[in-house]
Amino acid sequence: MKKLLLTTAAILAGSAAFAEEIRVLNWQGYGTDIDWAVAAYTEATGNTVVHEYFTSEQEMMTKLRTNPGAYDVVLVNSAFTGQMQAEGLLAAIDASKIPNFKDVDPAFATNEDLNAGGALHGVPWTWGLTSFAVNTGDFATPPTSISVLWDPAYKGRISIRDDGLEAVQLAALATGQNINAITDLDAVKAKLTELMPQISTYWGSENDWNQYMAAGDLAAASYWSGSAARAIGKGLPVAFVVPDEGAIGWLDGLSVPTTSTKQDAAYSFINWMIDPAFYVKWDTEGAPATSNMAAAAALPETSFNRAVLGDAAVVAKVQFMKPVSDADREKYLALWQELKAAQ
Amino acid sequence: MSNSLARQDRLRALMLLSPAYLWLTAAVFLPLSAMAFFSFLTDVPFGGRQWSVTLANFAAFFKTPTYAILLWKSLQLGLIVTTLCVIIAFPCAYVLAKVIKGRWREAMFLLVILPFWSNSLVRIFSWAIVLRGNGVLDRAVNAVLPWDVKVNLMFSHSAIVIGLVHSYLPYVILTAYLALQALDDSLIEAARSLGAKRRTILWRIILPLSMPGLIAGAVLVFVPVVGSFMEPRLLGGRVGTYYGTVIEDQFVAVFNWPLGAALSFILLAVVLVILAVASPVLRRAQT
Repeated sequence: MKKLLLTTAAILAGSAAFAEEIRVLNWQGYGTDIDWAVAAYTEATGNTVVHEYFTSEQEMMTKLRTNPGAYDVVLVNSAFTGQMQAEGLLAAIDASKIPNFKDVDPAFATNEDLNAGGALHGVPWTWGLTSFAVNTGDFATPPTSISVLWDPAYKGRISIRDDGLEAVQLAALATGQNINAITDLDAVKAKLTELMPQISTYWGSENDWNQYMAAGDLAAASYWSGSAARAIGKGLPVAFVVPDEGAIGWLDGLSVPTTSTKQDAAYSFINWMIDPAFYVKWDTEGAPATSNMAAAAALPETSFNRAVLGDAAVVAKVQFMKPVSDADREKYLALWQELKAAQ
Repeated sequence: MSNSLARQDRLRALMLLSPAYLWLTAAVFLPLSAMAFFSFLTDVPFGGRQWSVTLANFAAFFKTPTYAILLWKSLQLGLIVTTLCVIIAFPCAYVLAKVIKGRWREAMFLLVILPFWSNSLVRIFSWAIVLRGNGVLDRAVNAVLPWDVKVNLMFSHSAIVIGLVHSYLPYVILTAYLALQALDDSLIEAARSLGAKRRTILWRIILPLSMPGLIAGAVLVFVPVVGSFMEPRLLGGRVGTYYGTVIEDQFVAVFNWPLGAALSFILLAVVLVILAVASPVLRRAQT
């Protein structure tokens, strides 16, 4: 492990001509600012890393618009890459300058949102899913279809999150629709109307969910992949399911602003961020899934991010979330409130 | 001479009242006016957001039947909980005021007030432990009964009513107790000496004379229950969506304060209308 780290460091050292200060814009506590990771990178390349944080995507975009040249690496969710590329905020990525890029899952590397404007504008970094998890006490072998949520055998032991958008998207999956272009909202509504009597309660937080599951109140409930990994890590009897109908995905990329003056240094930092040596250690601290196949393969076999999400067949089933217009969001919320009020 | 004395009295009254009015202005009037102001805006006027004046938030209530349905549900819940509170509280208060004397009364009083000393969230979660399947109630019933019964009241309409009645019962007990305490025992003795039956005494003397206390208690319970959100959300699960939870969502989950404020004021208006309509009946009951 340490040897691997040093070799990577040596490669990195060779690629960076002289020390620079890289300024990174990201959510706080999200991978790029882990002390040991930054220290290892600085030791290897001489480049120092300075962080600035945002608390919403809107804030991130405003910062990029109003401070040209202030940032070298920025975390952009794939739902926003297209809009920012159109605004000219992001530079096209020269993948040849990122040695680790060869190991990135092609499904991510060719993701149409990250390839906005016909060229790659964000290096796929991490991703996760909204799907559902089941109680292994009820399911000896995990189901393969989302239809278990509608199974009368589990009536009163189903839960979903109290969120209009998520409810509508889950029903869209169950009715075989594209979550980003729901054409038959009536079918979604009919499907959700059928689901309501199955539900005992909505869950609001990870803590809620874990308590209900630990008490055996729930047989199956919608959940996030990262939260499921933590629940399994705590020893809860749950299994995360990525059904045949698909799952709702999010994908975060690392991008380089057009106005960055240290693009080579930025590439070297991005390369370190998708490096297996970094990811394997980050995974032990609770990382989201990686886009790098070599990194996923380097994880211990029991690791959730390898066992459940490290499978290319899983990635192929995922529908990655695109931005939702305010009009649609309101429409979904109204539908959800109407269904809840009718209970 | 008498004139200046009256003026002095008025001045003194004003001085004595001013802390109370200042407090009311700061704690009730100002926040309420801020909320009234918010309810006419398109977005909250802070955090650098764009806003303008609109009536859309009030129109939203009438655009979909959702809010009206929820308000109706909440009013029904308020009625049920208030009725149950009155029915349970009256005998309790009667026993406290007329049957138990001395130190026992203090002890019983403590038991009534005790729940007030714990946080309401703690009370709700305790109920959750009792009402769940395989919970305290389920096990107790199964320990007593020879055959197998499944008692799971959690996440149901009954659970919400139980939680709310428990939370608000002390208000009615205390107001009814005060009214019964003021009732002169000699009235009951007089009725009895004139040959009135127990039931007649209850219906013709005790109930009418304690009515002001019961009504005050009922109003104290009805108003907050209609707007309640914590008990329905935590004990009701899927069936726990009420008018109060939707208002809470606007403030906490979707950050639409203007709509939340507008819905709150519609609730306030509806409750005031109900009390106004009921007031002739209530006034007759009090005299």
